[in-house]
Amino acid sequence: MSAAVGIIRRIGRFVISAVEHAGGIALFAAEGLSNLVRPPYYLRVFGKAFFDTGFLSLPVVALTALFSGGVIALQSWTGFSQYHAQSAIANIVVLSVTRELGPVLAGLMVAGRVGAAMAAEIGTMRVTDQIDALTTLRTNPMKYLVTPRLVAGMVALPLLVVVADILGVAGGFTVAVVKLGFSPTSYITSTINSLKAEDVTVGLVKAGVFGFLIALMGCYYGYKSRGGAQGVGASTTSAVVSASILLLAFDYLLTDLFFAQ
Amino acid sequence: MIDAAMATVPKIRIRGLHKSFGEKVVLDGIDLDVQEGTSFVIIGGSGSGKSVLLRCILGLIEPDGGSIEIGGKDIVTASSRERSEMIGEIGMLFQNGALFDSLSVWENVAFGLLAPGKRERADRHPRLNRVEARKRAGEILMQVGLDPSVGDLSPAELSGGMQKRVGLARAIADQPEILFFDEPTTGLDPIMGAVIDGLIVDCVKRLGSTAIAITHDMASAQRIGDEAAMLYRGRLVWQGKASSLMDSGNEMVDQFTHGRREGPITMELRR
Repeated sequence: MSAAVGIIRRIGRFVISAVEHAGGIALFAAEGLSNLVRPPYYLRVFGKAFFDTGFLSLPVVALTALFSGGVIALQSWTGFSQYHAQSAIANIVVLSVTRELGPVLAGLMVAGRVGAAMAAEIGTMRVTDQIDALTTLRTNPMKYLVTPRLVAGMVALPLLVVVADILGVAGGFTVAVVKLGFSPTSYITSTINSLKAEDVTVGLVKAGVFGFLIALMGCYYGYKSRGGAQGVGASTTSAVVSASILLLAFDYLLTDLFFAQ
Repeated sequence: MIDAAMATVPKIRIRGLHKSFGEKVVLDGIDLDVQEGTSFVIIGGSGSGKSVLLRCILGLIEPDGGSIEIGGKDIVTASSRERSEMIGEIGMLFQNGALFDSLSVWENVAFGLLAPGKRERADRHPRLNRVEARKRAGEILMQVGLDPSVGDLSPAELSGGMQKRVGLARAIADQPEILFFDEPTTGLDPIMGAVIDGLIVDCVKRLGSTAIAITHDMASAQRIGDEAAMLYRGRLVWQGKASSLMDSGNEMVDQFTHGRREGPITMELRR
């Protein structure tokens, strides 16, 4: 009897803690976004966050997209050639890249690179009193540190996904033409015929949501860091893991919202 | 008559201040008056509540009870906007400098001068543009004994003593009415500690500010302070002239200032 009570108590504690945690993140996000209509605005901080998130992530996102596009072409060829349906490869590559792989892979790469960096930077600022110092200098830390990064994430990731879409398709094209012997003209024609504005748009919407989630997790866990270097390390891990899981969960929800008939 | 009454109102008045973290009582009913223009030093061992007291006055930690009046206004019950304005009158030198790593030294020093929330006051420099702020930062760096060319360096390129000086420059940049110093000489060699203390005394006198410093460095306490108090287990157990710290006649202060193992102060068992 007492063992059962203990288990129920533990489950209860876990649920309460999870709800409290989710509520904390929601309030943090609401405060960060509400500053969009409450000046002052820190354009210099936004510019730096945008540069770090967007421009400096370009190589890793570009390479990931290029190779992924190539892998899809190869794998689809392996499967579809059994049914003499090789002509569908261009269609599969462009559909997978614009709808899913572009936003998801770019998001995961940025979560690993930028989300971790945000959590580490803000976490270090927390444990070395730099955030308190901001307050003593009449600067609201949420407005200065969090809001510009949230906006930078929302703006930069869709731009990265445009690049990822182009290079993903280019990767598929290169493999199809060089390795699988497709005619360049027919592959490009098939790609253009398969390309739908709706797919690209939904991919970009997903990217905006993912960018927000990555920045939110990086800022939240960094801001709540405690206990020196170990605490900052734990925050960085939590930021990357939670951003990656949330990203995939929201990918499902958005796919269901936009594409489920 | 009114002037006489105003003159007796302390710049900082604390009454019945309580703060606990869980079951641990950190501040247990602090009453303290700091008169305008006074340099006040609070001494006490590690974990005695000095930093928490300073952070409560700064509005960085919400106390559980009591009042903290700055210039006659209670910061505890003030609205967030009023609180922000009150904090804006305080310059703070943090224990580890707390310089912003992502900014250059001059941007650190001029941060408050460039802050969009800066309140305009006739007796202060107005809000500056970046070119003016760069020049002003150079002047302030000279006041703390640093060459203006240091302004182009990153905080990570500075020694501990230089970081303290830059932290001091940032604290005094906007000519605050109140200055707080959290362990200003910790981590410095004795000579550099004396240099920093000298700079603190010069800055406080030049600005006519009211200052509160917390420290467990007795030499520093006597150099900086006019008045002093000792905090032990969340209570102020002694208050008097800083010059009398070494012969206060109080057993606890004597044990602390002379570093004796035996006496009324006992090591608390950590739980």
